[in-house]
Amino acid sequence: MDVKTNASRRKGGADERVSGGEAAQSRRELLAGLYYQLWRVRHFEDSVARLNKQGKILGGVYSGRGQEAIVVGTVFGLRRDDMIAPVHRDIGAFLVKGMSARLVMAQIMARESAPSRGKDSWTHTGDIEIGIIGSTSMLASSMPIAVGAGLAARMQGMDSVVVSFFGEGSTARGDFHEALNFAGIHKAPCVWVCENNQYAYSTPTHLESPVPFYKRGEAYGMPSLAIDGNDVLTVYETTMQAVERARRGEGGTVIECVTYRMEGHSEADQATYRDRAEVEEWRKKDPILRLRSHMLANGFTEEELPEPAPSIIDEVRDAIDWATRSPLPDGRQAVEDIYDESAGVTHWASPYPNYVRIPWLGR
Amino acid sequence: MHEVTFLGAIREAIGEEMRRDPSVFVLGEDVGVYGGAFKVTDGFYKEFGAQRVIDTPISESAIVGVAIGAAIKGMRPIAEMQFMDFISCGFDQIVNEAATYRYRYGGNLSVPMVVRGPSGGNVHGGLFHSQSREAWFTQVAGLKVVMPATAYDAKGLLKASIRDNNPVIFFEHKYLYRRVKETIPDDDYIVPLGKARIASEGTDLTIITWGAMVQHCLSAAELLEEDALNVEVIDLRTLLPLDKTTILESVKKTNRAMIVYEAPRTGGYGGEIAAILAEEAFEYLDAPVVRVASVDAHVPFSPPLEKYYLPNVTDIVESARKLAKY
Repeated sequence: MDVKTNASRRKGGADERVSGGEAAQSRRELLAGLYYQLWRVRHFEDSVARLNKQGKILGGVYSGRGQEAIVVGTVFGLRRDDMIAPVHRDIGAFLVKGMSARLVMAQIMARESAPSRGKDSWTHTGDIEIGIIGSTSMLASSMPIAVGAGLAARMQGMDSVVVSFFGEGSTARGDFHEALNFAGIHKAPCVWVCENNQYAYSTPTHLESPVPFYKRGEAYGMPSLAIDGNDVLTVYETTMQAVERARRGEGGTVIECVTYRMEGHSEADQATYRDRAEVEEWRKKDPILRLRSHMLANGFTEEELPEPAPSIIDEVRDAIDWATRSPLPDGRQAVEDIYDESAGVTHWASPYPNYVRIPWLGR
Repeated sequence: MHEVTFLGAIREAIGEEMRRDPSVFVLGEDVGVYGGAFKVTDGFYKEFGAQRVIDTPISESAIVGVAIGAAIKGMRPIAEMQFMDFISCGFDQIVNEAATYRYRYGGNLSVPMVVRGPSGGNVHGGLFHSQSREAWFTQVAGLKVVMPATAYDAKGLLKASIRDNNPVIFFEHKYLYRRVKETIPDDDYIVPLGKARIASEGTDLTIITWGAMVQHCLSAAELLEEDALNVEVIDLRTLLPLDKTTILESVKKTNRAMIVYEAPRTGGYGGEIAAILAEEAFEYLDAPVVRVASVDAHVPFSPPLEKYYLPNVTDIVESARKLAKY
């Protein structure tokens, strides 16, 4: 057992790797892993879009097409005890963090077997056991919660990190500023991933903010930078540096991932407010195409880069079949899952709090 | 047994729970070194340190949000609103995040946290330091809403709230903070949430009330004894979940009901109780259900204005006399 694993155990962190980022022994394994996850997210989301056109999806569908490098690059290298707080365009983050495609599909299809048992759709649920903090439709509202989860992990003597996602549009919400201010003061172990996809629904960036989005992070004392959000390797490497920094107790980083929303805001939006040439320009920067060319130029063969791998096709097909076969909830379940009337320690409670002195807080 | 103020009882509850359970911590504006605007957390910083008594920036939304994040990770945060009026700045976090988490997780998540702070008027606090906003939260499934009237209850209910695995909004009437002094037990005790208390037994008329109005109603009940009116006063203690059984049993006995509350009359929780009585005790009622509440205005500052705004003992006595004669 290597030293790193021991340290991780001692700190109370689960040692399981979600998708193999840290376990990847070589550059080659890393590239293959990222490529696989990019296609996994793409194929899942494209399948959801198709099901939606067939009328099989009841709620809103918010495609992350074209932005997969962000959810894959940021989540791929996280530990099981690390947490993510994804928002509406990050359904892929659920898959990469370890929620099964079956459960995610059941969630979208309003099934009783879904993590929310049909109570809500899309990314409004999660699984605290694998570190998924769900969002609401009030954008940026999960950011203060990410701070709290990160600080709690620290109080519990763990070195878990929270990766909190938000769109560039959300940086105008008060909760964005309250969260970053709070996180900055406490050096909360949070990494702030801004997905700048150029539009807040129909509103372009120049009507969203008078300053570059990443600059806002500087006001809260955090290293802040903008990176190419369609380059999965850059996203991965930048995030991992930020994650390790946060793990060392040095605080958060704001990473603006510049990307483009290839579809409308939701499946109901034709996005006619955009210039067709602009869309075509970004199509050439597709994150999967880019990683593929890089890999072909670096020793991978066409045969090694299926589009997508048969196992992905099988996984998504199985998820659709399973979710379709799952029953809808009974109407009376609408009044279930509201209160927890059990007493005592909540069952997922992490190791006992182990308050340590934090020098910058004084006592 | 020892003597304690309403405020002291609250301080004891938090301190004892922090000593008992290391997952309990407090956060809020000026709660640390300064000990809180009303000194509820006085001495805690010294005893528990900056990790468990967190002075926050002026960020009610983040205070509540951070508490939620810690709660879903298994901690038991107590978030202080310096004044409960300011809870409006954390409203989204409470009603959309804290209240819905368990529902959205299909019952696989709990949010064990308390948002507490000073509420209510009669202290010349003006519009933004006097509001009674408990009714806002009674329509939100997933929350519990608590408002004690005695020092004994303040301590026992707060301890129960801290141990509860749901988000609890705990309203402390600031008029009671230093005016109420009681002798309470030294032992650890809790007062269970969702159970009302018969503050004064009676047979002729039921007054249903909560918070500081309980004291007013008890004074009114004493005065009404001179009219040979035997009034039963119910102190709800918890608005959500509501103890319907105690209310209905009382009204079925007295056949007359009055609801006294400090919030504005329209849209107040009294309307809900009146509706329950109309639906479930109609055949027992000998008279219409009466509400005595604040007028539909903001809580004004100047003493004559505030006096006019708030329900007082005379209002309660006069309404009770009218109701008894109906």
